[in-house]
Parts: sequence; C-alpha cells; structure tokens
Amino acid sequence: MINLFKIKDKRLQDAGSANGRPPVKKQSAGELRLHKDISELNLPKSTVISFPNGKDDLMNFEISIRPDEGYYLGGAFLFTFLVSSAYPHEPPKVKCKTKVYHPNIDLEGNVCLNILREDWKPVLNINTIIYGLNHLFTQPNHEDPLNHDAAAVLRDNPRLFETNVRRAMAGGYVGQVHFPRCI
Amino acid sequence: MENSFAEQGRWRDIDNLLSRPGNIVGPGFEPSPQLRQEIGEFARVLVVGAGGLGCELLKDLALSGFPNIDVIDMDTIEISNLNRQFLFRLQDVGKSKAEVAAKRVMERVSGVNITPHFCRIEDKEINFYNDFNIIVLGLDSIEARSYINSVACTFLEFDSEDNPIPETIKAMVDGGTEGFKGHARVILPGMTPCFECTIWLFPPQVKYPLCTLAETPRTPAHCIEYAHLIKWSEVHSGKAFDPDDPEHMQWVYTQALKRAELFGIAGVTYSLTQGVVKNIIPAIASTNAIISATCALEALKLVSGCSKTLSNYMTYNGVVGTHIKVADFVRETDCLVCGPGTLIDLDISTTLSQFIEILGQHPKLLVMKSSITHRGTNLYMQSPPILEEMTRPNLHLPLHELMGGVPDDTIHASGMAVRDGKKTSCLRKLRVKFKGLPDGTTEMGTTSVCKELEPDLN
Ligand SMILES: [Zn+2]
Repeated sequence: MINLFKIKDKRLQDAGSANGRPPVKKQSAGELRLHKDISELNLPKSTVISFPNGKDDLMNFEISIRPDEGYYLGGAFLFTFLVSSAYPHEPPKVKCKTKVYHPNIDLEGNVCLNILREDWKPVLNINTIIYGLNHLFTQPNHEDPLNHDAAAVLRDNPRLFETNVRRAMAGGYVGQVHFPRCI
Repeated sequence: MENSFAEQGRWRDIDNLLSRPGNIVGPGFEPSPQLRQEIGEFARVLVVGAGGLGCELLKDLALSGFPNIDVIDMDTIEISNLNRQFLFRLQDVGKSKAEVAAKRVMERVSGVNITPHFCRIEDKEINFYNDFNIIVLGLDSIEARSYINSVACTFLEFDSEDNPIPETIKAMVDGGTEGFKGHARVILPGMTPCFECTIWLFPPQVKYPLCTLAETPRTPAHCIEYAHLIKWSEVHSGKAFDPDDPEHMQWVYTQALKRAELFGIAGVTYSLTQGVVKNIIPAIASTNAIISATCALEALKLVSGCSKTLSNYMTYNGVVGTHIKVADFVRETDCLVCGPGTLIDLDISTTLSQFIEILGQHPKLLVMKSSITHRGTNLYMQSPPILEEMTRPNLHLPLHELMGGVPDDTIHASGMAVRDGKKTSCLRKLRVKFKGLPDGTTEMGTTSVCKELEPDLN
C-alpha cells in the first residue's frame, strides 16, 4: 500500500508531471474502443460512411444505406450516430434523418432495433448495428411497430405496402403524410 | 478560551488515532502528536460532487482533520434536495451547491478552508487535478467517474520495469449510493483496479424497446419513456429535451399521464417521471452517511497510514438487514487507462509505416495491420476507405514528428493479433520512447533525463 505522507516532499517540489511536461488528458476508454471498431469496419456494399467533423472525431458520424433488395431498393437513407464516452457500456444513439415510410422507424427518425436499446451488450460493435439497420430495410417487421399504420398495412396487405413505399420514396403522400423524395 | 478548549476536544480522537502506534497500522506509519497538523499542511483533497454524498463528505473530511479541501459541482440546489443534502436551506434553492456547501461547513468547523468550484469537471484544466493528493468522488454517473478516472490516470507513469512510479499515483476514493445500497472503493492507479478495469460492476441502464413504448405500454415507466423519447420529438421538432428544465419535465409528466389514462395504467407521478427520465433511484440519507463516512476514513488512512486501507471495494446493502462485503478486485494488466502498455524504443527517423511493421514483429505484440491513434489524432486508419485515404499521407512521415516531437508518449494501436495461428482483433496501449535525440542519453529514460532534455526540444 502506498503511503502518501512519505512522498509529500517529492510532491511539493514537483508540481508538474514527472517528465516535466504539462499533462494532456488521455483518450477515454470509450474513444479508444470506438477507434478499434471503426478501424475494423467491414461495411456491406449498400452502406457508405462519412465523418462530418473530419478524421479525428469518430464520436459523430453518418451512414447512408442504399438497400440492394426488397421493398426499399433504390432508396437512400441517412442515419446519424452519436457515440457517448460511456461506449460500449452504453449503445450509440442512432437516428434516421431521411423521412421514411417504415413499420420500425417513426416519422421522427426513432428506430426500433433491439440491439440499440434493450439487447445492447458491450461485446456488440458499430458493425453489428450497421448490419442490423441494413436488415431493417430488407426485412421490415410488422411485429415491432413504431409506425403503427405502416405496420398494419405490411401485415394485412403487403402489395399495398409495396405501393406505399414506392410512393413515399418517389416523394409523395401516404395518407396525410408527405415524404420527401429519397431515390 | 472556551472556544480553544472545544477545539482541542474536537481533535482528541483523531489525535489519539494519529499519535499512537498499533499492530494493524499501514506500512510506514509514523505516529506523532504533530501528525494531524503535518497532514493539514500538505494534504489537499478534492471532493467531486456536492450533492447527497458531497455534503456528507465535506462535513466528514473537515471533521477528520483535513483543513484544505476543494469541491467541484456544476449543479444548483433544488427543493427536492433539501431532505438529505443537509447543508442547504430553503433560501439556498437556485444557488450553487459547491458554494453553499463550502460556506456552511466553514461556518461550522473553524480552521477549515474549502474552495468551491461552480463548474463542470471538464471545464478545469487537467493540471488543476494534479494539485490534489486525493480525489474523493461523490457522483452518480458513470460518465463523470470515467472522466475523473482517466484524468487521474493521466498523471500515472511507469518505470522501465512497468512498475508505477509512486509519486505519480493519484489516489481516488469513490463512493456511490442507490437507495439502500452503496459502495466505497479505493483506487490507486497502477496498483489497484481503476474504474475502467471494473466498469462491468455497473449494471447498464434499463432500456425499454421503443416499439413496446409506442405500441404496448404496460407500466407507468413505459408511459413516461414514451412521452420522453417519442412524443417529445414528435411535438418539439428539433428542440432537444433538457432534463434539468422543470418546464420540459412538467410537459413529459402531463403527456405520460394522458398516455397512462388511455391505457388504464395507474401510478404516473411527477417524481416518478423525474426518476425514470433522469434514471434516479430514491436517495436514502443514511446510506449516503454510511458510504461517505467510509470514504472519509479511507482518505485519512491514505494520507496518514494510521490503518490499512480498504482493499479495495466495499459494498453495503441495507435492503434486507445489513450486509457489508469487501471484494479484492484485481487490475486488468492490459487496461487501456491504468495499464503500463508495452514499451517500445524507436529511432527518431522511424516512419509511421515502419512503426506499423515493427508492431507486427514485436514479440510481445505481434499485431498486424494496425491503425494508430495518438491523443485524439488518428494517425493512420486501415478502414474505412475514406479514413484510410485521409490518413495515408502520414505513412511516410517520421512518427516522432507526427507525435509533436515529444521524447516519449502513449499511443494506441488497433489491429489483428496472431496467437497460435489464430487471429483476434485487439487494441493495445504502447509507450513509445525515442532514441537518438539531442543529448542522446535517454537509455533508461529516467525522469530526470527527460526533464533535462526538454529545453533542447523547445
Ligand atoms: Zn484500469
């Protein structure tokens, strides 16, 4: 065990760090883990990543997904990621910035993906989330609805759902709601 | 006269503790009747947080013979604090917790000097924290603990045998409570596990599936989280929710109540709304008192050696009866925050790409295809292509130059480690030391040598 009292004299004469340079804060464990995640990204072909604040801010980034099959083929959907310093203890906050007619994404951009909330574990990573988001476009799921109407249509009338998705992506109304073009 | 008599009486027990030898004392304890005064002259304690734990800590530390204390807290006093944050009065509502707490303790304990800092912990220069012998934490968030921990570990340095240099160890005593449960721990970076070594001790925050909130709420908490996470953004497009704004909180409460009525759910109250949104578990004054007393005593033991310190993590559970347990957790030797990292000697002419080669051949590392980051600057990224392209020009530059010309520093590498033919992804802390600097005597890289080198480099 250390006895601080023993080293008081040393401390008094040595106000800076032991190597004589002013200390600079180290990167947090969360930032470092994110650095590892990003440096190992293996993105699906459908996904493009960008860093709006440059190469040294990995805590804020965007991905754009262009699904290569399914209802959403041809559309482009932008997501923002906000990673906190408590990562990976806490999952990143992910929002969909493209207004989309989708059973699991609401009109405000909230995303219902289990690994973003209740099923997040620190062993998961950014790659897992990106694959999860891609999966939402190839396999939209009426059992976890955030957009109640879209979920009901998908369940009861998949053909109408497909028509609605095309209409929304082309820039048009579904019911009372207008969707900007995203093709 | 009466006053000084009372003063002497106040310190009688502490002086007994510090002036008598014993057989359960810490190593190197030198009992003396002057010890309390000597501690008073050099010991500087920082208390982080002036809330439920902070009020108790300040009072306990002041009465345990620490005359020089600083306290930092960005919060202001709320009416709901008054039941347990006993240094505050009704007329203090809206004022700085740190300032009022400091003033109240100084009024009651003569000779104690408490300096308040009414700001965020991130607002202070790193060097501010180096002025203290001990940092005592009375916090309620993982992020704040993690921040202070990484700051304290910033001062830690290792010798060439990977042993921590004692005078660079910044001791921390961390207290925490949740209702009837609490913990107290002693962190000596480099010797005992740091906060990051044992972050798994903190249970992750409960998160409900968004679709449950939107579709099938069953509990009052579901209704509150619906109003907080979904309804808020629907109505206030673009405006961020501020949990410290009472109007925002009131709005969420009203919406949650409507939602609960719609689904026939009972039990949504304003205080539950605050609790769910801010993830607060009701605080129990006596739990705070028990945990703070433990922390203050550990601080006294650390500076005086009058008894062995807690080794190293105490949990208190008052939910069913009273249960106290001490666990001796071990350090993660590979911890990115408090670990020594692998020492690598490099020539000042070594380029970044040569450095990445070296990491692949270094017997202790064998890390291939590394991405390199240095103090928040990404020097090279193997992936994604957009970052690879941006960082590629660095590959042919000398690492010494990329690291700002310092003689030695910490740097991190992410890559693939090859062990027994198996590849696993890994993240390594490295201590880089440059050879061939002017003066050329860095061989063992001792503290004094680095110090002498410094003027030549600037
Ligand atoms: Zn550690």
